[in-house]
Order: sequence, then C-alpha cells, then structure tokens
Amino acid sequence: MNIPLELRYAKTHEWARLEPDGTVTVGVTDHAQEMLGDIVFVELPAVGKRFAAGAECAVVESVKAAADVYAPVSGEVLATNADLGEKPQSINADAYAAWLFRIKPDRASERDALLDAKGYAEQLAAEEH
Amino acid sequence: MLKQIPLNAAHRKLGAKLVDFGGWEMPLHYGSQIEEHHRVRRDAGVFDVSHMLAVDISGAGAREFLRFALANDVAKLKERGAALYSCLLNESGHVLDDLIAYSIGENNYRLVLNAATADKDLAWFESLRARHGGSVTPEPRRDLCLLAVQGPRSRERVWEALPALRAASESLARFRAVASGEFFVARTGYTGEDGFELMFPAAQAEAVWDALLAAGVAPCGLGARDTLRLEAGMALYGEDMDDTVTPAESGLAWTVDTSSAREFVGRGALEAENPQRRLAGLVLVDRGVLRAHQRVATAHGDGLTTSGSFAPTLGRSIALARLPKAVAAGATVAVEVRGRMLAARVVNPPFVRNGRIMIDIPKETP
Repeated sequence: MNIPLELRYAKTHEWARLEPDGTVTVGVTDHAQEMLGDIVFVELPAVGKRFAAGAECAVVESVKAAADVYAPVSGEVLATNADLGEKPQSINADAYAAWLFRIKPDRASERDALLDAKGYAEQLAAEEH
Repeated sequence: MLKQIPLNAAHRKLGAKLVDFGGWEMPLHYGSQIEEHHRVRRDAGVFDVSHMLAVDISGAGAREFLRFALANDVAKLKERGAALYSCLLNESGHVLDDLIAYSIGENNYRLVLNAATADKDLAWFESLRARHGGSVTPEPRRDLCLLAVQGPRSRERVWEALPALRAASESLARFRAVASGEFFVARTGYTGEDGFELMFPAAQAEAVWDALLAAGVAPCGLGARDTLRLEAGMALYGEDMDDTVTPAESGLAWTVDTSSAREFVGRGALEAENPQRRLAGLVLVDRGVLRAHQRVATAHGDGLTTSGSFAPTLGRSIALARLPKAVAAGATVAVEVRGRMLAARVVNPPFVRNGRIMIDIPKETP
C-alpha cells in the first residue's frame, strides 16, 4: 500500500498536502481508490464554498459504489481539479497526483491534528482485523 | 464462513478481489472491472459462475412436473439440447427465481439456478413434488464447475483451448446445448454477446481454466458480469425482480406461456393481474451515476430504479427502473441521486447487444 511519508491523512481516507503557503491540497488515498475500483465520476465542491472539518464536500463514484469525501480541515475551497471531469480514472492511476480540491484552512490546529503516514498505516492495519 | 468454488485458489493466484456473493466467496474483478467489460464486448472473457447450481430433473414425470412448476413451457423443448428461459413463480404469481432449463434427454432436464435462491428453490421443488404426485427426482450437481466464456471471439478461443469440444459444438445454434464427453456446452450467456457456458466435473476445473487463459480468454469477475448484463437489459434476480413482483412488472411477460390450457403455479394470479408498473431502461442525461433504489419522478407518478451503474460501452450511466406503465420510451424523467434531481431518458432495453449500441445516447448536459 502506497502511503507517502510527506502527506497527512484523515481517518476517512483523504490525503492532505500542507503547502508552503499554508493552504491544504486534498485527494483520496491509494487505499480508497483500491477499495472503490474503477472510478468513473467525481463531483467537486464549488470554489469559494466553505466547509467544516468532517463535512461532506465531494463525491467519488466508481462503477460499483459512491463514496463521500470529507473536508479534512475547516476552510474555504480555493480551487478544484478540473481534469477529473474528463479523466476521473486518473485517481486509480495515481491517487496522490490526482488531487480533488485545495482548501484555505481556518485554523492551523486542525491541520496539525491529521494523521501522519505511520498513523494512517496503523489505522489501515487495524481496519483489516 | 463463505462457501468456496472449485477455482478459489486459482482466482486468488490471479490477484482477484474476492467478495461475498450469495454466501459464496467470488471474484469481483482481477484489477479493472472496466477493462474486463471491454474484453468481453470486443474479444472474449471467462466468468466462473460455479456458485450457480445446476439441478438435473429426471424421472417419468419430469416433463409434466416442470410444465407445472415453471411459468414458461418446457413442452417447447422439442429436441435434446434446446433451452428455455423461465421464471419460477409462487401461487401469487411473484418471482421466486429465474432460470434456464435445458432438455438433456427424454424426461431429463438440467436447470441452472441462482446461487442465493438455490436452497430455497430445492425446498420449493420438494413441496411441489409432493403436490404434483408424478415420479421425478431433482439432483443437485454441486460436483460441476460452471464457466461462462463470453464475447465475439469466445467460441474460437474455447476450441483452441479445448479442441475436443469443437466437433460437437461447432454447429451449435444460439440458445442450444450439447453434451461432449464429460462436458456440457451451451451457447447461452448473460452478457448480450455470443459465447458458451461450460459445465464439467470440478476435478478438471484448473486444467480448463488454465487452458482458456492460455488461449487468450481474459478472466472476468462478477463486477463486469453485472455491467454487461445491465447493458444487455437482462434482469438480475434479487435486484430487478424478486418475490414481491410479477414477471409482467419485471419486463418478463414474454417468458410466461399461457398459449395452452396448461396449469402452472401462479397462473391464476397472473391471469387476474392488471399490472400498473413495468420495467424500463433509463439513460442519464445529466452527469452522475445511477444506482439501485433511487426514486424516479415521472409525469405519471413515481417509480424506482432497480439496478444502475456506469455503462462502460456507452460511457454513460444507465439503469433499469420500475415505472408507472404509462411512461413511454422517449420520456424525460428525473431521478433523485444523492439529494439532487437528475434528468434521464426512458429507453427500451437492450442498451447494447452483440457489441453494438442499440439506443440513442442523449447529449450530456454540460
């Protein structure tokens, strides 16, 4: 299972990259895409919309199922990945390159509370049992 | 504890994602469900369907028993090897299962039952047998491996893998079956493509499986099987119909044979029925993915999707839906998808048959 060390993770299988400018780029993890199978549709949030941490803000749909994507931190959506409209399957190809949206966090504390790679790997191991 | 089919280890070795399907541990896909789907539409794929149960029904009363038990009439099976699709109904005319019946000799038939309903069906046959009187013996054939090889090139690839089957099956017409040594070869399937369904002793499962793969047949899981049958407009038991609906409400009125005075289970109820709903196809116009159990708002009242998915051949989402019968093909309806009402067009299935798209695909809403 691919869990890059430089990223942070939410328990609900989103990855978060803490950018140098303080924003957070969000996608779904390799584990999430593998569980979903072939992804065929992504519904992204509107730019400018605000979400609380843990709120549903996007949907990733595979052939077999739909999965909610939750905001890992509270804040405002600054940008979304328009390429996913045409190529939703790029999430299957590389879940960490195919980002969903970028968010401007309201507070740093939520960012710091996210899991690191080790914590996320431990959670996955626990879910298996 | 999930029940295991004979090729369980072979599927694991290929890296299959295994899931619980009707109590059986079955391959969902071997990597990409969409690629498996395309392989079947364009070339050939093999599905392990050994969770389904073959049951041989024989005895002096077998023909009359099945004429009584099934909504379609096995009297139509004039020749050995002829096949018939039928519903198994209860007295209310509701669908207990759907099955294929093959004639394999005089007063000798082979039925193929769905996995999740097989035990219930066998108990039902027992109760009918007591009522019906005639001498008939249902024999479950859990000793067999069932493989469905489907796709435009499936027959030639089967003959390459299993040359001994060629002579017996080369002239086999569609929807016919033939015995060849220990093999039962049927030119039937559940994908809308040409192909063979093979039944043979489970002891040969690995050898046959390996030979098919070596001949270029792609291993395919139940995920692709579901999108292929949905595109082909074929109803899935437990999703599109069950024991709460009749054949007429499930797009299966054509399988109920009332052309003779034959008495069969459920006939009385069906003759008194005035169905207000029918099973129709939907193509999503807006962006998104249709799923089962979504509300469909129409000009004539609400309906409900019974199965829905992204359709790889169409590149769009489609569904089967039980709608008020007045809703005609071409109508635009609204489907409630995750709290939003999305536009969909009503169409007559099949969506795809023999690799060809059979419907007009509406222009997607930007």
